[in-house]
Amino acid sequence: MELVKPAIGLVFWMIVTFSVLLFILKKYAWKPILSSIKEREETIENALSQAERAKEDMARLQGENLALLAEARQERDLMLREARDIKEKIISDAKGMADEEAKKLIMRANDEINKQKFAAMEELKKEVASFSVQIAEKLVSVKLEDNAAQQALIANHLSDLTKNPSAKA
Amino acid sequence: MSFVKLSFVAILTTFFAVSAFANTKNDQNSVVGEHSEMNDEKALKHGEEATAHGEGQKKSGKFDPGKMIMDHIADAHDWHLWGEGHNSVSISLPVIVYTKSKGISLFSSSRFEHGHASYEGFELNKEGHIVWKDKANLETIYDISLSKNVVAMLIAVLTLCIIIINMANSYVKNKGKAPKGIHNLIEPLIIFIRDDVGIPSIGKKTDRFMPLLLTVFFFIFINNIFGLIPIFPGGANVTGNIAVTMVLAVIIFLTVNLNGNKNYWKHIFLPDVPVWMYVIIIPIEILGVVLKPFVLMLRLFANITAGHIIILGFFSLIFIFGAMSPAGGLGVSPLSVAFTVFMGLLEMLVAFLQAFVFTLLSAIYIGMAVEENHH
Repeated sequence: MELVKPAIGLVFWMIVTFSVLLFILKKYAWKPILSSIKEREETIENALSQAERAKEDMARLQGENLALLAEARQERDLMLREARDIKEKIISDAKGMADEEAKKLIMRANDEINKQKFAAMEELKKEVASFSVQIAEKLVSVKLEDNAAQQALIANHLSDLTKNPSAKA
Repeated sequence: MSFVKLSFVAILTTFFAVSAFANTKNDQNSVVGEHSEMNDEKALKHGEEATAHGEGQKKSGKFDPGKMIMDHIADAHDWHLWGEGHNSVSISLPVIVYTKSKGISLFSSSRFEHGHASYEGFELNKEGHIVWKDKANLETIYDISLSKNVVAMLIAVLTLCIIIINMANSYVKNKGKAPKGIHNLIEPLIIFIRDDVGIPSIGKKTDRFMPLLLTVFFFIFINNIFGLIPIFPGGANVTGNIAVTMVLAVIIFLTVNLNGNKNYWKHIFLPDVPVWMYVIIIPIEILGVVLKPFVLMLRLFANITAGHIIILGFFSLIFIFGAMSPAGGLGVSPLSVAFTVFMGLLEMLVAFLQAFVFTLLSAIYIGMAVEENHH
């Protein structure tokens, strides 16, 4: 059987060729190719995982930003409320104080008015007494000068006295 | 993705079946053809040819498809290009012969004048082997000529080296960049061998065997492809030659058994079966060690040779019918060409598949030898 009888020459050359091929390709081709393929695969994998991580970071940052924003808004609301409270308190305090002050002023004014009134009345009394005395003096002096009229006055008084002694006293 | 894998497996299975069929045919024929001429064997192989073959033999000197096919798939000392008989054009290849008495003789195969002349006491016999002109001389001749298959193999290997080393250089130069051109075609193959052949079969130790697996794969693949090119520098039946597949199988055999660990040898000589079964199991296991590479050798040889024979058979049909009547030859040629194109495409698939199957089985055998105990 020609076909299945291996020829010695071909076996020899095949061994030589294949050994040399294996040696050359192993040293100059497969090692660099396999290592660079592996390297490239690692690079791609790293890039992908980095992208994934960046995406996660972004999502986290966004969440944080939202939380911060909400917190800030809450704080602002709180501050506004506090400010309103303070304002109201100040206004009401001021009102109370003003009322008290006004009351005090009114009281003091009333006192003054009363004092003045009493003083004026005293003065008036004194004035009236002096006026009465002066009138009386004038009357007395005038009557003494005018005899006739004095006579008439005395007569008048006397008549009053006589008619009503009790009223004269 | 799973669909692709599934269809791939389906195609694979079909080809195993086909190749097994081809194998058995070969064996049957070899029994039949032992006493008759080799040509008969090929004629029996192809039904259509069988009838026509008788025709060819009756009119001797006319077209003989069996002889033509055998000439094409066998090795030769010159590379036939075209033409017949004295008008044939062929490239003469160097003959290198070693004998104890004469040492190394080196001369061109053209000295034999296609078997019509002798040179330095050597001549070509009918099968194209170099023999002593003096038939009484029984000294062994070691013929290590650069025959057609050797030259074809060297051309293919050189091409492979140029492509792959060029690729390696550009990878080193453009570190981290994407591959381009033909490298885009080769890189998926390399990754395929690594991820789908090496790692599933061998596991953690894959890196150590990757250079061998890749070299085996690309060696078989490029020689298969070159074998499909009809004319120089292709057309030689390198991977369909038993010597080539034998060396490949022996390399795998040595790799497997030299790397076999304690576990592997225990499996063979101390298997986990009752002691009385050792009588049966141990011979079977030892047979298996030899049989595995033997089957590797036969499968590749038979598949590639069968492919070449079928294509040549279809072409022969034209001339067989042409010998009967010119109209018959013309009539059958479109059919013949169509079938040949179909077979050519199929053979391209087979070229890849057989390279893949050889590599896959080698990886599995290596994996079995280096696998750690998992019981």
